[in-house]
Amino acid sequence: MEAVLLAFILMLSVFLGFELIAKVPATLHTPLMSGANAISGITVVGAIIAAGADLGPWSTWLGALAVFFATVNVVGGYMVTDRMLSMFKKKDSDTRGDS
Amino acid sequence: MSLEVLGGVYILAAILFVFGLKLMSSPATAVRGNLLSSVGMLIAVVITLLSKEIIDYRYIAGAAILGAVVGAVAARRVAMTGMPEMVALFNGSGGIGSLLVGWAALYSDDRSAFTLITVMISILIGGVTFSGSLVAWAKLSETIGSGAITFGGQRLVNVLILLALVVCSVLIVFNPALTFPLVFVVIALSVLLGVMAVIPIGGADMPVVISLLNSYSGLAACAAGFAINNTILIVAGSLVGAAGLILTNIMCKAMNRSLSNVLFSGFAAPGKAT
Repeated sequence: MEAVLLAFILMLSVFLGFELIAKVPATLHTPLMSGANAISGITVVGAIIAAGADLGPWSTWLGALAVFFATVNVVGGYMVTDRMLSMFKKKDSDTRGDS
Repeated sequence: MSLEVLGGVYILAAILFVFGLKLMSSPATAVRGNLLSSVGMLIAVVITLLSKEIIDYRYIAGAAILGAVVGAVAARRVAMTGMPEMVALFNGSGGIGSLLVGWAALYSDDRSAFTLITVMISILIGGVTFSGSLVAWAKLSETIGSGAITFGGQRLVNVLILLALVVCSVLIVFNPALTFPLVFVVIALSVLLGVMAVIPIGGADMPVVISLLNSYSGLAACAAGFAINNTILIVAGSLVGAAGLILTNIMCKAMNRSLSNVLFSGFAAPGKAT
């Protein structure tokens, strides 16, 4: 039964994901890709559970390694997205200043 | 902490991810969107750390601090022109993270067919994302030649790899005793498949490929979520999987091409592809 419920959640999230990105201007393609990539670092939650649940040395080591890689993805992903977007913001305020 | 509180906070994190993605598709609100989704990530991580499932913090703390430093330094140092490559590297990092989470789930007591299947899927997609992203990075940064690399019988080799992956996975599901020798074969083949899938694509198409691999890394996180029964991984992973796929499609349309045209261009015209 639980598998069915999880599959329902999966289906609804997929539809939501499709709907969210319906119209997006070309300049935002790369930042959006980068921002979505940072969200996919959510696997860090799974990594934390694997590393911290004390299920044996293998699980702990693999989990810790996963925590490392997923944290790189999360922290780096959000920061690099922010840098890309701050580039746009400057350009916008520049053009406003000119006019 | 009760499971209800944990679930409630996971729902809050999911709401922040959804609004974050929504706001990120408009230039005026994009910065706020990114901030919202990072807050969602933070509370998901904090509530997981506080949940009763976590007994031992030592390894998590060390790995997380090290990862945060590496990620922050890489994001700060990278030149503006090198950002797509950096995204590819981060994406590969997330992919191997999902692969490792799936692998680690094999050491829990739960060996049901459902868990084994989802573990195999998360290893497969995570491995493809990892090596595919590394190849995409190498092509974009011209560490390897950016041209399409094709050789005779490449498609046959890819089909054989896929077939071997399916056979190994089926063997593991029907005979869990075979898990430990065979899972290493599955990992190796998945990583090889990622390389084989990206080398025939030219460097100019890499942004589309990175977007597609980004979608895969979401799906890998989603599969890992099924393997360890964690809802926030399933929701956030499938959101990224779907959003990434649509974004890939939009990027292809902007170039007046279809996705299959991008993915198989190296095969269709090996002479012209650069």
